[in-house]
Amino acid sequence: MTVPESAEGRPAKIEIAELRVSYGDVHALRGVSLPVHPNEILGITGPSGSGKTTLLRTLNRLNDRVRTARTSGQVLLDGEDVYDPEADVYDLRRRMGMVFALPTPLPKSIFENIVYGLRIAGVRDHRVLREEAERALRGAILWDEVKDRLHEPAMRLSGGQQQRLCIARTLAQRPEVVMLDEPCSGLDPISTLKIEQALQALKERYTIILVSHNVQQASRATDRTAFLLMGELIEWGPTAEMFTRPKDPRTADFFEGRFG
Amino acid sequence: MKAKEWLIERALLLMALSAVTSLALIAIFVLAQGLPIMLREGLGSFLLGHRWAPTKHAFGILPMMVGSTCVTLGALALGGPLGVACSVFLAEVAPRRVADVVRPAIQLLAGIPSVVFGFVGITVLVPLIRNHIGGPGLSVLAAAIILGVMILPTVISISQDAIEAVPRTYKEAALALGCTPWQAITRVILPAARPGITAALVLGMGRAIGETMAVIMVIGNAVKIPHSLLDPARTLTGSIAMEMGYASGEHREALFATGVVLFVFIMVLNTIVNLRLGRRREAS
Amino acid sequence: MRRVNPEVTHRAASVGLWLSAGLALAVLAYIIGLVLVRGLPAVTPHFLLASPERMGRAGGIFPTIVGTLFVTTVALLVATPLGVGTAIYLTEYARIGRLAAVIRFGAECLAGVPSIIFGLFGFIFFVITLQLGWSVLSGGLTLAVMVLPTIMRTAEEAIKAVPASYREVSYSMGATTWQTVTRVVVPAALPGIVTGIVLAVGRSVGETAATLFTAGASLRLPTSLLSPTRTMAVHFYILAREGLSETHAYGTAAVLVVLILAINTLANWLMLRFRAKTQ
Repeated sequence: MTVPESAEGRPAKIEIAELRVSYGDVHALRGVSLPVHPNEILGITGPSGSGKTTLLRTLNRLNDRVRTARTSGQVLLDGEDVYDPEADVYDLRRRMGMVFALPTPLPKSIFENIVYGLRIAGVRDHRVLREEAERALRGAILWDEVKDRLHEPAMRLSGGQQQRLCIARTLAQRPEVVMLDEPCSGLDPISTLKIEQALQALKERYTIILVSHNVQQASRATDRTAFLLMGELIEWGPTAEMFTRPKDPRTADFFEGRFG
Repeated sequence: MKAKEWLIERALLLMALSAVTSLALIAIFVLAQGLPIMLREGLGSFLLGHRWAPTKHAFGILPMMVGSTCVTLGALALGGPLGVACSVFLAEVAPRRVADVVRPAIQLLAGIPSVVFGFVGITVLVPLIRNHIGGPGLSVLAAAIILGVMILPTVISISQDAIEAVPRTYKEAALALGCTPWQAITRVILPAARPGITAALVLGMGRAIGETMAVIMVIGNAVKIPHSLLDPARTLTGSIAMEMGYASGEHREALFATGVVLFVFIMVLNTIVNLRLGRRREAS
Repeated sequence: MRRVNPEVTHRAASVGLWLSAGLALAVLAYIIGLVLVRGLPAVTPHFLLASPERMGRAGGIFPTIVGTLFVTTVALLVATPLGVGTAIYLTEYARIGRLAAVIRFGAECLAGVPSIIFGLFGFIFFVITLQLGWSVLSGGLTLAVMVLPTIMRTAEEAIKAVPASYREVSYSMGATTWQTVTRVVVPAALPGIVTGIVLAVGRSVGETAATLFTAGASLRLPTSLLSPTRTMAVHFYILAREGLSETHAYGTAAVLVVLILAINTLANWLMLRFRAKTQ
C-alpha cells in the first residue's frame, strides 16, 4: 500500500509507511500508514493502549532505547529515511521536539531547562542563549509569568506552567516538528486552554502532532485527526469531517464515547 | 559524535573492569608468593602441622587454624544472638524515634577502627578477665568478646534487611490467629527470614576471620593450640601481621601461604553467600 | 500443654530485646566515652602540630596527621573516578547482562577481602614489584583498591535512583548518552555519590593492616608521593603495642574517634539530604 498523497498535493512533512512495532509478543502498531502535512496540527486519538505513544516514539527514534522493541516499515522526514543506518539520530531528535504527558522539568533552573537543548548543541554565547530563551518562552506563552525568575528552580512552577516550560524547552531548539503526548492530562482547564492557544499560534512555524485520548480536545484543537485502535489506523481525515461523518463505525463509537 | 561516544563507552568499560582486575591481581600475586612453599612442604603438613617455627624450617599452621576457628566461633556465639536480637528490636519492636537513634549508633560502631577496639580490649577487658576469671587475660575469650562486638553491625544490618523483607501479611495473619507479637516473631517472621539471617551470620563469620588488629592486641599470640578459652592463642591473620615486618625469604613465603589459606576460605564463604543471597533476591 | 503464659513470654522477650539494644549501645558509648575521656585531655594544639619525640613518647602527631591526609587523598583520587565510572557504565551503558554480573560479583568479592590481605597484596605488588617502596603512593593505591567497592556501590545506588524521566527528556532532545550522564544524571546523583566518598574516607582513616605494610611506619613528615609515612591509625597501633605512652596512645585514639564521628555524621546528613531529594 503506497503512502496516500495529501489532498492539496503538497509534499508531506513526514511520511509513515506500513509501520509495525512490537515489544516482544505484544504488537503495538500494526501497519500504520499516514502522512503528516507541514504546518498543520495533526491529532492522533484513540483509547488508551492503542499505540499512540509508540507511534510518536518511533518517529523520533526514542524507541531505539527500548531493548525489546522491533520496528519495521518506513518513516520519512522531508523525504529522508529516518531509520537509515547513516542517519544522525541526535539531529533527528532535535528536529522532532517532544513534550511528554506529565510535566518533566529537569532538576535545574527555568533558564537552564530552556537552554538545555542549545547547550548540548554546543551553543555557549550567553547573549544568544538569553535571546533564544525569551523567544521560546514567548512562543509557549510563559514569558510574562517567569521573566523575573528565570534562575529559580523549575520544580517550583505549577503543573500548567511546567508543561508550558517543557514546550518552550523544545521550541528553543528550533525544531521542525513538535510532538505532544497527552500534554494536558492532569492539568486544569485554564492551563489546558492556554496550551491549546499556544499550539494554534505555533502551527504557523511548526508542524504539530498532538496525541490525545480526550475526544473534545481532539475536535477542538486539531486540523486533521487520525484514529488509532489497538495498533491499527482505522481512519484519518480533516477533523470536522471525522467528527460529523466518520466512515468507520468504530470511529463513530469512540467519538460518541461508547468506549475509550 | 558517534566516534566520541564509542570511545567514552570503551573507556568506561575499562574502568568498570578495575574491580575484577584488582581481585585477579590480588589472587595472582598472593598465590604466586604463597603457593610454592605450600606445594614444597606439602599441603597436608602445612595445614595440619603442629609446629610453627619459620626460622627453623617448621611451617605448620594448625595452631593458627585452631586459634582462628575458636575465636570466630566464639565471636559468633556472642555476637550472633545479640546481633539478631538487636535486628529484631530494630525491625519489629523499636518505636520510630528510638530506631532513628539506634541505627546510626550501630553504623558508628562499624566505623570505629579495629585498633581502637583492640586498645580498649587490652586496657580494660584483658585485666578484667585476668583478675576476675583467670588466666593471663590475653586469651581466646578476650578476642571472642571483642570480635563479637565488632561483627554486630554486619549481623544487625543484614538480618534487619532480611526481617524487613518478610511480607507484612505474614505477621498480620499470625496476629489475627491470636499469637502474641513475640510468638509471631519466633514462629513466623524469623523462620521466614532464616536464609537472610543465616547469610548475615556467615558474613559476620567472614568478618571475624579476617579481622586482624583488634585480635592481635588481646589474644596473646602464643603459637600453641589453645586448650581453654582462657589460653592465649594466635590467629592466621595475627601470624601474618606480627611477623611480616621482619620476615624474609622462606619465612615471608610461608606468611603469604597463610594469606592464601585465609583468602581462599573467605572467597569460598563469600561466593556461597552471594550465590544464595542472589538467588533468593531474584526469587523474591 | 503451654506451661508459661504466652503473654508473659512476650513481655519477657520484649524486655530482652530492649536490653539487647541497650547492651549494644552501652558498649558503643563505653568505648567512645573511654577513648574521649582519657584521650581528649592529651589533645592540645601542641599535640596536633608538633612532631613526635622519642619514638612517640612525647611531642605530637603532626606527621601522622599529614600522612593520613596524603594517603587518604591518593586513595580517593584513584578510587572515585574508577568507582563512579563503573557505576555509570553499569547503569547507563552495559548491554550484555553477563558482563555486568561479572563486574558486580568482582566488586562484592573485593568488598569481602580482609584488610591484611590487602596489606600483603599492596606490599608485594606496589612496594616490591612496582618498586614504589614504602610510600604514600603505595599506601594510597592499596587503600584505593580497598574502598573501591564502597564507592561503586553507593554511586550505583545513587545513579539508579535518578528518575527515568530525566533521561528520557534529555535523549528526546538529541543528547548523547555521555551528555545525559554528565549534565543530568550525575549532577542529580551527586549527594549519594558524595556520601559514598565520605564513607570511603572513614574506612581509609581507620585502616591499619593495609597501610602498615605499604605506607610504612616512618615518623618523618612526608614530603612527596614516594615518602614513607605513618598514618594515625598505624601510629596508634605502634604506641599501644610497644606500650610507649598510654596518654599519647589515648590522645591519638581520641583524634581518630573524633574524626570518624565527624565523618559518620557528615555521611548520615548527606544520606538524609539525598533521600529527601529523591522523594
